[in-house]
This record gives sequence, structure tokens and C-alpha cells, in this order.
Amino acid sequence: MNWQQICELDLLPPEYGLPALIRNHPVALFRTRDDELFAVGNVDPFCGAGVMSRGIVGDRDGEPTVASPMLKQVFSLRTGQCLDDPDARLPVYPVRRRADVVEVAVP
Amino acid sequence: MTRTLVVVGHGMVGHRLVETLRERDADNTWRIVVLGEEPRAAYDRVALSSYLDGKSAEDLSLASHELLDDPMVDLRLNTAATGIDRTARTVSTSDGSGLPYDALVLATGSRPFVPPVPGHDLDGCFVYRTIEDLDDIRAAATEGEPGVVIGGGLLGLEAANALRLLGMRAHVVEMAPRLMPLQVDEGGGQVLSRLVGDLGLTIHCGAATKSIDGEDRVRSVTLADGTVIDTGVVVFSAGVRPRDELAQLAGLERAERGGFLVDEGCRTSAENIWAIGECAAVDGRCYGLVAPGYSMAEGVAEQLLSLGEGAFPGADLSTKLKLLGVDVASFGDAHGQTEGALEVVYANNAAGTYAKLVLSDDARILLGGVLVGDASAYSVLRPLIDRELPAPPEQLLLPAGSGIDAGALPADATVCSCNNVSKEDITTAITGQGLTDVPGIKGCTKAGTSCGSCVPMLKNLLAECGVSTSKALCEHFPQSRTELFEIVQATGIGSFSELIGKHGTGRGCDICKPAVASILASLGHGHILDGEQAGLQDTNDRFLANMQRNGTYSVVPRVPGGEITPEKLIVLGELAKEFGLYTKITGGQRIDLFGARVEQLPLIWRRLVDAGFESGHAYGKALRTVKSCVGNDWCRYGVQDSVSMAIRLELRYRGLRAPHKIKAGVSGCARECAEARGKDFGVIATDKGWNLYVGGNGGFTPRHAELLAADLDDEQLISLVDRFLMFYVRTADRLQRTSAWLESLDGGLDHLREVVVEDSLGIGAELEATMQHHVDNYSDEWAGVLADPGKLAHFVSFVNAPDAPDPAIRFVQERGQIRPGPVSLPMPAIPNQEVLT
Ligand SMILES: Cc1cc2nc3c(=O)[nH]c(=O)nc-3n(C[C@H](O)[C@H](O)[C@H](O)COP(=O)(O)OP(=O)(O)OC[C@H]3O[C@@H](n4cnc5c(N)ncnc54)[C@H](O)[C@@H]3O)c2cc1C
Ligand code: SF4
Ligand code: FES
Repeated sequence: MNWQQICELDLLPPEYGLPALIRNHPVALFRTRDDELFAVGNVDPFCGAGVMSRGIVGDRDGEPTVASPMLKQVFSLRTGQCLDDPDARLPVYPVRRRADVVEVAVP
Repeated sequence: MTRTLVVVGHGMVGHRLVETLRERDADNTWRIVVLGEEPRAAYDRVALSSYLDGKSAEDLSLASHELLDDPMVDLRLNTAATGIDRTARTVSTSDGSGLPYDALVLATGSRPFVPPVPGHDLDGCFVYRTIEDLDDIRAAATEGEPGVVIGGGLLGLEAANALRLLGMRAHVVEMAPRLMPLQVDEGGGQVLSRLVGDLGLTIHCGAATKSIDGEDRVRSVTLADGTVIDTGVVVFSAGVRPRDELAQLAGLERAERGGFLVDEGCRTSAENIWAIGECAAVDGRCYGLVAPGYSMAEGVAEQLLSLGEGAFPGADLSTKLKLLGVDVASFGDAHGQTEGALEVVYANNAAGTYAKLVLSDDARILLGGVLVGDASAYSVLRPLIDRELPAPPEQLLLPAGSGIDAGALPADATVCSCNNVSKEDITTAITGQGLTDVPGIKGCTKAGTSCGSCVPMLKNLLAECGVSTSKALCEHFPQSRTELFEIVQATGIGSFSELIGKHGTGRGCDICKPAVASILASLGHGHILDGEQAGLQDTNDRFLANMQRNGTYSVVPRVPGGEITPEKLIVLGELAKEFGLYTKITGGQRIDLFGARVEQLPLIWRRLVDAGFESGHAYGKALRTVKSCVGNDWCRYGVQDSVSMAIRLELRYRGLRAPHKIKAGVSGCARECAEARGKDFGVIATDKGWNLYVGGNGGFTPRHAELLAADLDDEQLISLVDRFLMFYVRTADRLQRTSAWLESLDGGLDHLREVVVEDSLGIGAELEATMQHHVDNYSDEWAGVLADPGKLAHFVSFVNAPDAPDPAIRFVQERGQIRPGPVSLPMPAIPNQEVLT
């Protein structure tokens, strides 16, 4: 695993997302209310714009989600799968917290 | 093969025929020539009086562009039919041409009856039938002077109200011992006289007009009992007579009391000639209401297309109306003429209400009734005519169907009498088409689209069909937006997590989070990006800018009323040049700068704020702009200072968060250059002040704003707009514009007027206070961001590379400016989870 330090955990509030750039991969980082961290691709597969980190975080039937701010499709943060369209999916990246720093691994 | 239909008369009924035929004649078998004697296409005569109360001739028009442009329809205005040659099958017209027809439909309506009293033809005597009549009355009216209406029926009272609107002191002279003798009984007439008397009308019942006096012009009216009323304006409203002049010329049979005699299929005595509407005497009887005319038109359309017999089903002469603000309804056998009929009367003189039900001799069947002062039981009672009473009579008179439910109505009962739609038609449409709301029913069945009195019953029917009108906002909150608003206001809960913890489930989603954020903002809970609130906002609010298709943002500073100095224009130009932004003038009279990256937004706004600009909230569900024309400062037609008023309104309501965006406009005179009636609220100057219109909408379903109140002074205007906006903010659904909200309100515009203008709920002061709280606590959102390093920290392209521009954003050039470059979709193969773990 090729872990990279991204930012202090404090910079990322709960129920919020931030964009990061990891070896040319735009990544969207999220932190939920219960302090779980997620990292998915930042590029919305429906419009090609790097906006996923700006979506609203929530849950659907308990599954943690983010809604694209562009056309509102909802994606699972856990699997990257689009819950409104079986053919769309975001890449998912391993993410962890070390001390108070958020780290993401990319291939 | 195409045949030619000639329609004589482009009134309400002739128009309905043309419309229905064009709708159903998919193969264009009929070419239609319409002869209209009036100078304009058909208009809503039923709503004629509103022409003096703020509506324009265009508002009243019934003819759509589609119809006017339809190549199969040849509409000839200012052209009267002058004769019919039945053998040659031609119609001669006032412009001298002879028109061949294969079918001819007469829809010539009625003319007002002017009793032959001496002096009836003096200058200053009018009738009340066309837009031109109203123009003439308006020109003759003198404020503060008495005006006399002869005839105290439904139309007479409307005419009296028209005189009142023109500032005259109206007298009504009625021969019968009570007002509206055709519709109301004696007890109802008394209550009605008292109620309209309170409004300043002078009523003379049981009074005959002896003469109208004057040399060339009317000077006074003398009644049989010797009373003399000095007046310069007399309006005759003493009934109508069918316009059947063509009968004699063409040798068509007339009914005993006038009208083209037709059978129940509306066929005259001549082949291929029909008559419909007020000029038709079906089996000898004429109908002076529009609904029977409409069913005749539809019946004839069916026959022309050989779809059926199109027999006239008979007419329901029930009426419900609001006259001078007084509810009056009459239905079925209102006068108890059926043999053995029993009457049950409830009168409350204190409240000014009167109700009478007419029952069969065994007191089991409802035959008819009269309601005055409160007609809310009408929608329940009318469909029950000739049916067994489902509940004791006193229970049926409780307001708006609270007494019984829709289940008590038999399937074939007519629920919407204007459009002849039965309960069964509606329930079948609800279940068959999966309809879920009243607009759906309106679209599918036409029920509820005319007078609207059946709408409460439509709601009952939805419930009966098991359409759960679930108001739940989303899976996380069982409450509606309105309920959540009340919870937040009553409990003072100040955060989303507390609200969902106490009143919802789960963690929220992109539906409830922004909705709650908007409620918190409307109630003044600090900056929209404070703490937890930042994560509730849609991306536009989160970055205080409008996201565009490639993920960049556009920036719109506020330009109140569209007034801007050259210095400020130069600042905008320089900024756009420096940051390479695309610039465009918006429809709301502002300048939009496109193509800013997230990380550039604070830099751009620092410069804008320094130059004296503030956020324009183009990104928010909030007040956008108050558009204005130049008004009387510059314009030679202007009667008020529209720019100052627009600026005052924009600065007052800036930053107000609402269920949806709010747009407004102010025009300096009736020419309406600011297009104020296409806005959520529109203000139009009059000689005396301002008219306030509400509920207008451009966009997907355009709708003209409707007049809420007229001739307001500045302060009255502000307090009504305060109340209107706050009432909307409080009670509308999520993402419901004012127009849809207004349509969904029980009682519609009348109800809104009661709440906002008449303060029927007693919440006026509270609504104004909440608005004042908003005004007092306003501060510029962008200035707030620039002053807070914590908020600024989120305006980055990437947290770990704050200055690296997003490589996905590309622009190309077009007409000397940038626009988003093409994106390739689907995106380059994305590494998926399996590969990574
Ligand atoms: C102020 C007012 C309020 C009303 N309120 C209500 C209400 O609340 N409810 C209700 O049901 N009804 C109401 N009515 C009545 C309703 O307007 C009429 O029933 C309806 O308009 C009848 O339609 P029509 O097409 O038969 O006649 P009209 O609408 O009168 O149309 C007839 C048209 O034919 C034209 N015409 C006549 N002769 C010729 C010719 N020889 N050649 C060419 N054109 C000709 C006339 O100029 C006219 O334009 C109201 C009427 C008025 C005036
Ligand atoms: S609305 Fe009237 S005042 Fe305003 S610009 Fe137009 S004509 Fe002039
Ligand atoms: S009864 Fe008038 S619209 Fe239905």
C-alpha cells in the first residue's frame, strides 16, 4: 500500500467532504458523523466534472451516501456504486486515520 | 375530405366549440371559419368585472397562440353574419362576402335587455356585457358621485361593484322585493341586502324605475315612489335576450320567448345548422350560464366528428359566487317549487349567515338550497342533489365537507358541474392514471379548472382512493416542511443534528439537509456556513456561487433594482478581464461572471466587497432580484418612482431564505416594462399608488401574477409584501414556487387575501415582526466568509494542493470569450475497488 498523508483530521468536519489530489487522481474525502472516513473518485461519472466532494453526505436506508451536486444522483460511500443507476460507479480508495492525519492509498 | 364549418360568434361558447373540435379532429376533416362581431377574440366574459380590478384584456383572453396560428382556423374579427342562404348554403357577412358552409353553428349569445323607460337612450346610459362597455363606463364614471344600476340580480350586483371600484357611490334598483330574486329566497335576500349594504351600496328593492331624466345626458333617475337619485351614470342590468335576429332572415324557427329553437342535440329546424350557448333555446328554454353552453358546444363537436349523438344532458343551474366579498350559493330547487317540499332554515343574524335546504316531502332527499354569507358547504351539497341525505341536514351545513366524507356520494354524482365530471370519472382517473394530487386531476379530467368550487371535494376523493397524501419530507423526516418549520420556530432548535435526533431518523440526505438549512436561515440562525450548517448546504450555497456544468462557478453581485454606477461597471469589467471570466447580462438586470474556480472565488469577492458590492444570492433559494423599469424619473409615461421602490424592496428582502427562489419586479406604469406580473411578486404603479400582484412565474409553467391588493401607499405595500413572503416561507413545501403554492392553497387567492390583507388568522403582526427580525439581522454573506479563515479554508481546489488547478477544467474560446470545453464521457476507465484491495 502506498499511503499518502492528506490533511489534518480537524480540517475535515463531520458530514462533510473535501477534494484531494493524489498522484493525478482527484479524490473526494468524506467524514461521517460517527467519524468514519471514506475516499471515492472526485469526478462525477455523469458529467465529467470534479465535484463529488461538494455533494451532500447522508444515508439511504442506513447506507452512507453522497449525492452528486450536479444532477443529484446518489452514490454509496462504501462501494462507490451509484444507487440510482446500476451502470455508474465511483472508484473507491482505502483511507485511514493515523494520529490526527488522514491518509489515502492509491495504486 | 375537408369540409367547411362556419361558426357565427366568437364568444365563450363559440370558442369552446372551436377548441374542442380542433382538439379532437386529428385528421383535419373540418376547416373552421369563425365570424366575430367584437373587435377581439373570445375572452372570459364570466370574469369581465375583473377588468376593472386590475386584469387586462390580454389576461381575460381565451384564445391561445396555438389556436390563433392554427392554419385550419380562420378567425375574422369585426365581422358580423348578416344573413343565411339555406339553399345556397352560404352566410353573408358585414364585409360583403358570402361564405359557403357545409355546417353552420350559431353562437351569437345574448344582448342585454334595456327596459323601455323614458330616457333609456340618453348619454350616460350603459349596458354591461363587453370589454368596450366597461371602457365606456370607466370613461364616464366620476369619483365620489352616485351611480345607478337598474336590476339587482347577479349581474346587477357585479355592475354595482364595478361602479364602486371606480370610486362611485352605487345605488341598486330592483323591482322584486329582494336582491338576486332568481337565485336566493327571501331570508337569504335579507341577509344579502344587509351584508352588501354594509359595504356602502344603497339598495332600493321593490322599486320600479319611472324615468331617466336629462336633456342629452342623464341627470337623475326617478323611481315610481317619487325618489330622485341625482346621477350621471346609469347601468342597465335587467336581464338578457337571445340574439336570434338571424332566425327571421333565414327562416329558422324561434322559441316562444326568443332564441333559436333547437332539439336536445342543438339542431335547428334546418339541416346542418346548429345553435349553442345563450342564443339556443333547447326544447324551448335558454340558459344564461356558461356551463350549459360548454356542454352544448362539446355535444355539437361530437356530432360534427360523428362520434355520437352529443345530446345536451340538461343543465345544472347551481351557482356559487363571491359578490362584493359575500359568499352566495344557490343550487337545485332553491325555491322549493317541488310539490310537498320541506324547508330547513338556519339563520345566524349575528354572523350574517343564512342557509336553507330544500328536502323532499319525506325529508330524505335533498332537492336544493340557498347559502348566503358562508357557502363552504356548497361543494358537498351540490353533488347530493336528488340523492338521499347521507347525514342529518345540520351536519351537512358544517364547513367544507367536515360533516360528511366523499364516500357518501354515489359514483354517478356530478362533482364538477362546470365541466360535468362525475365522482366516478375522477376516481377512475385517480386509480387508472395513478394521480396523486389535485393538479393531476385537473389536467386529466378538467374538474376543478373553472370556478374551483369543487376543489375541496377533489381532495376528499384523493383520500378516498387511498392516495396517501404523505407529507413526509424524505425517509428521514415524517413531517412536511411546514411542520418542521413550526417545530423549529416553536422549540428554538438551532441545529440539524438536534432536529433529526429529536424528530427524525438516520443521518439525513440531500433533500432534508438543505430544507432544514433553509428553515434555520429563514429564522435567523447565523451565517449559512457556520459550523455544522456548512455541510447541510447545496453546493451553490456552500460556495456562495452558482456551479456550472464543468464544476466552475459563476459570480453575481447584487445590483439593487438594476441601477449601477459607471465605476462599479468598470470594476466588474476589470475583474472579468483579469480572471478571464465569461460575462453575460442576466434576465434579472445584473451581470453574471462565469468560469471562476473554487479557489478563485475568495480572491474575486475580496475585490468586489472592497468596491462596495455584496452577495447577490443568485446561488440561493432566496430573494434574487427586484427588476425595475426607469419609472417616472426618466420615462414620460411613468406615474411613480419604480426604481426607488425596487431598490427599497430588494434591500429589504435581500438574503431572505425561502422554499424556492423569489423574483420580483416593479413597473412605473401599467405598460409594465419590468414584466412584474411574471414574478413571484410584482408591483405596478397606478395614479394612486401601487398594485400588488402575487404568484407569477416564468419557467416551465408560466403563470401571470394575480392582483392581491390595489392602490397601496408605500407603507401598506411593504407590510403586505412582508406578510405575503413570510406566510409563503412558513407554509410552502420544499422547492415550491409561490405560483404552485398559491394553487395548492385551500381557497387559493381569496384565502391568501383573507390571511394577508384582512388578517383573518390574526398572524399579520407576527409575520411582519419575523420579517423585521430578518431585515435587522441581515449581513453580507460574502463579507462574512472573507472575515473567517476557518470558512476560507474550504475554498481550495485540493486540500493537499490548494493552488493546483483542477486538471479536469478546460475552456475553449467562442465569440471572444471562454466557454467550457468538451468532456469525454464515459470517463477514462476507473480503477474499481477490486483492483485496489
Ligand atoms: C358580467 C358578467 C358576468 C357573468 N358571470 C357569469 C357567471 O358567474 N357564471 C356563468 O355561468 N355565466 C356568467 N355570465 C354569463 C356568461 O358570460 C355567458 O353565459 C356566456 O358568455 C355565453 O357564451 P356565448 O358564447 O353563448 O355568448 P357570448 O359570450 O355573448 O358570445 C357571443 C358572441 O357572438 C357575437 N355575435 C353576436 N351576433 C353575431 C353575428 N351576427 N355575427 C358575428 N358575431 C356575432 C357577439 O358579439 C359575441 O362576441 C356572465 C356574464 C356577464 C356579462
Ligand atoms: S412601465 Fe411605464 S414607467 Fe416604466 S418604463 Fe414602461 S412605460 Fe415607462
Ligand atoms: S364546479 Fe366549477 S370547476 Fe368544478
